[in-house]
Amino acid sequence: MKIVNDYETVIGLEIHAQMSTQSKMFCGCPTRFGEEPNTQTCPVCIGMPGVLPVINKLALEFTIKTGVALGCKISPFSRFARKNYFYPDLPKGYQISQYELPICEGGFVTLLVDDDEGGERRINLTRIHMEEDAGKNIHEGAGSFSYVDLNRAGVPLMEIVSEPDIKTPKEAAAYVRKIRTILRYLKVCDGNMEEGSLRCDANVSLRPQGVKELGVKTEIKNINSFKFIEKALEYEIQRQKRILNEGGRIIQETRLWNTTTGMTESMRSKEEAHDYRYFPEPDLVPLIVDEGWIAQIRKEIPELPDDKRQRFINDYRLPPYDAEFLVAEEVAADYFEDTVRLGSNPKDVSNWMMGEMMRLAKEKGKSDVPPVMPAHLNGLIKLVADGTINLKTAKIVFEDMFNTGKSAEELVKEKGLVQISDVGQLETTVEAVITENPNETARYKAGETKLTGFFVGEVMKKTKGKANPKAVNEILRRLLG
Amino acid sequence: MELFRLTIAEAAGLISKNELTPLALTESVMGRIGALDSLVGAYITVTKDIAMEQAGRLSAGSGNSPLHGIPMAIKDNMCVKGVRTTCASKILENFIPPYESTVTTKLHEAGYCLTGKTNLDEFAMGSSTENSGFFTTKNPWDITRAPGGSSGGSAAAVAADMCIAAIGSDTGGSIRQPASFCGVVGLKPTYGLVSRFGLVAFASSLDQIGPITKTVEDAAIVLNAIAGGDNRDSTSAHNAIPDYTASMSGDLQGINLQGIKIGIPEEYFIDGMDREVEAAVRAAIGEMRRLGAEVVSIKLPHTAYAVAAYYIIATSEASSNLARYDGVKYGMRVSGSDLISTYMETRAKGFGQEVKRRIMLGTYALSSGYYDAYYKKAQQVRTLIKRDFDEAFKLVDVIATPTSPTTAFKIGEKADDPLQMYLSDIFTISVNLAGVPAISIPCGFDSGGLPVGLQLIGRHFDEAVILKAGHAYERSAGWYERRPSI
Repeated sequence: MKIVNDYETVIGLEIHAQMSTQSKMFCGCPTRFGEEPNTQTCPVCIGMPGVLPVINKLALEFTIKTGVALGCKISPFSRFARKNYFYPDLPKGYQISQYELPICEGGFVTLLVDDDEGGERRINLTRIHMEEDAGKNIHEGAGSFSYVDLNRAGVPLMEIVSEPDIKTPKEAAAYVRKIRTILRYLKVCDGNMEEGSLRCDANVSLRPQGVKELGVKTEIKNINSFKFIEKALEYEIQRQKRILNEGGRIIQETRLWNTTTGMTESMRSKEEAHDYRYFPEPDLVPLIVDEGWIAQIRKEIPELPDDKRQRFINDYRLPPYDAEFLVAEEVAADYFEDTVRLGSNPKDVSNWMMGEMMRLAKEKGKSDVPPVMPAHLNGLIKLVADGTINLKTAKIVFEDMFNTGKSAEELVKEKGLVQISDVGQLETTVEAVITENPNETARYKAGETKLTGFFVGEVMKKTKGKANPKAVNEILRRLLG
Repeated sequence: MELFRLTIAEAAGLISKNELTPLALTESVMGRIGALDSLVGAYITVTKDIAMEQAGRLSAGSGNSPLHGIPMAIKDNMCVKGVRTTCASKILENFIPPYESTVTTKLHEAGYCLTGKTNLDEFAMGSSTENSGFFTTKNPWDITRAPGGSSGGSAAAVAADMCIAAIGSDTGGSIRQPASFCGVVGLKPTYGLVSRFGLVAFASSLDQIGPITKTVEDAAIVLNAIAGGDNRDSTSAHNAIPDYTASMSGDLQGINLQGIKIGIPEEYFIDGMDREVEAAVRAAIGEMRRLGAEVVSIKLPHTAYAVAAYYIIATSEASSNLARYDGVKYGMRVSGSDLISTYMETRAKGFGQEVKRRIMLGTYALSSGYYDAYYKKAQQVRTLIKRDFDEAFKLVDVIATPTSPTTAFKIGEKADDPLQMYLSDIFTISVNLAGVPAISIPCGFDSGGLPVGLQLIGRHFDEAVILKAGHAYERSAGWYERRPSI
């Protein structure tokens, strides 16, 4: 038996993104999440007899906008199709989707490669199409009943299908992050994976290095967080590798990611796969999209993360890493620019954002709006720059700002944190420290100069951290030297 | 005077002159239903209370719509809020829609009074009402015979004066064929002229709602009320709607068909067609020529493929449209041991034979591997058939054919032979595939005293010309005066 260790992984992703429209895809019902079951429904989305779907124009606009932003070809003529299968959460017995003629074809996203050369990877898209979401089956409570909640039935979805261009689980996660960022920039999807606004299925196959033909693939469903994208794919790749190395064959099947066991489990084989019996939706006329509308939508597209990153690098002289971090969320990028516009040094701002702000946000829970206003961060940076407070104090002040929403100036004044730079005052303190620590003084004088830190620390203790460290160093050198 | 015998035009004239009240007219019609419907079986649900309440609120006088106070029946596959809508299926036996169809909303605005919901072949699948999940409607001309279908209840109700007019739906002939069998007028409008919102779908790309009436003028009056674009039906057309009664003066002398060119398709006068039907239709064409129409022979070369294409497209759409009846949300549920068996038991018990047959045909036609050979091919044939009509209408204004190859057949005669039953729609099906409008008008009787129907087909959205020609022929020939003696 020949063991091939050198497999190439081939991954393609299908992302389902719920669109941030107020109303559903084919009726006027609201799309709010977390409401009482079956309160956001009407005869149309419940699939009552005799009702008809009417296209939500905004959902169409959102999909076109996404297509334009991702470089897709927008089809002037496309149509909806019915995907037929029975399931209690699918009230009509079919899902209105697109099949043969999707609204967007082609397109791509660019990922930064995590190497030293700063290279890029282009992941091509197959298509983007529109469809309606299904409801939810609820299996809880005593008794032999299951329940169906149709609040989600009919919520507009975009399905973004990639080519099998993705090579690693890490790249897959980066791809989903990138799509999410772009969707959020476009304000067409909130990208909330916990609430299911963004969901992802993965097609995975392996082939020996250098082989052209694709291997047999499996489809993994139910990957509902970034963490699990990588985990599920890593597990599945190892599973396939093991089978292949043991001389086995991969079975084409749909597998379910089990978050509890950390494994993928067989859901149904190719033979058991549904025959969806797609056919054109006769209740909806074909979609004719004219150039003028596409041009107008194109104008409404904001600066996208790739362009913004390049601009940040060029205009603010930021390292690529900083720029990439800042543009991942538009609110962060805007916050950065708002603060810089007030006069702060760009690198100082990005340092604060990537350091203290991230740390506190992680500790205290996520918030879309930074609790520290740009003007307050700018004020803090100014206080450090002009020597009013030192960096150590500034970190304390920042945390206070984060917690209270007060300005740096206010907090520094309130707590008397102004840095002590007065030489006379500092000399007195340094002298006291020297007197109190005759041992260390002797050792220092004997050449153990690394004790400088000890003396500075003692001075800081006495001044509650407010001493200007530069001045203290100078005085120490002078008095001990 | 037997008020129930009135046409809409006659009743509206009397009501506007304050010589008749909506209540008196409705009482008369409801009385007729009470006396006759146990024999005919036109209605699944009689809504006497609603009709009387509606009529009671309407007063006589001028300035109203011609449908003001007119008692009308609705085929039981159109939703009326709060009124049981069954589609003649056990699976919807107790379904009460919480919404109103656009067509009945418009009729309501025009002041109609709802006499009830009429019988049909289950989910409008059939040509005799024998496929009703509840009972078979009898033909008022001969109660041993079928009234046609699927709108057999509506046609029988009009013929037996158990309503002044009725609404039907037509997917492959379901308005025109029963109108022909029952000796009344049935109009299938252009696809998209009347909103389908609230019409329980059989085959979405073919279904169209239309009037069944005692005269052509009445059909025009009803069409005036129900035609027009609807934002709730994406397939409805937002065209300007003309006054369809414009060409219908009461003046018999003024009637003529000068300047109208009528085409007779060779393919529709086939071997095996009932000779009496052919004779009646040819006589009617002669009458129209006498009225000034120019009559020419035309070709509709793809006619032979229409029935096959129709039964693929219609069943494919039906297999999907009827998937929602699964016992989960509304309607009948037969609980099984698990989800799959609940689906199977519910649908096995809820649907009748013909509906199951069509669901299976359609499911097969759409299946992976067969789609191209069946559904796609059928759609290509449909395009060719549509093109046949486009070509023909470059030469003529109206196409005249028989509505059905036979007069009303005996109940039970074809019930066990679905293929024979399908062929009774052979002359009506192409019209649905092409989406053009067509009307069936009584054009005589066979030796057994059963009515024969003449079908006049028009261009897309040119209902006006077939109504005009139909009205001229009807007034001139006078068959509408003969009524069943039931």
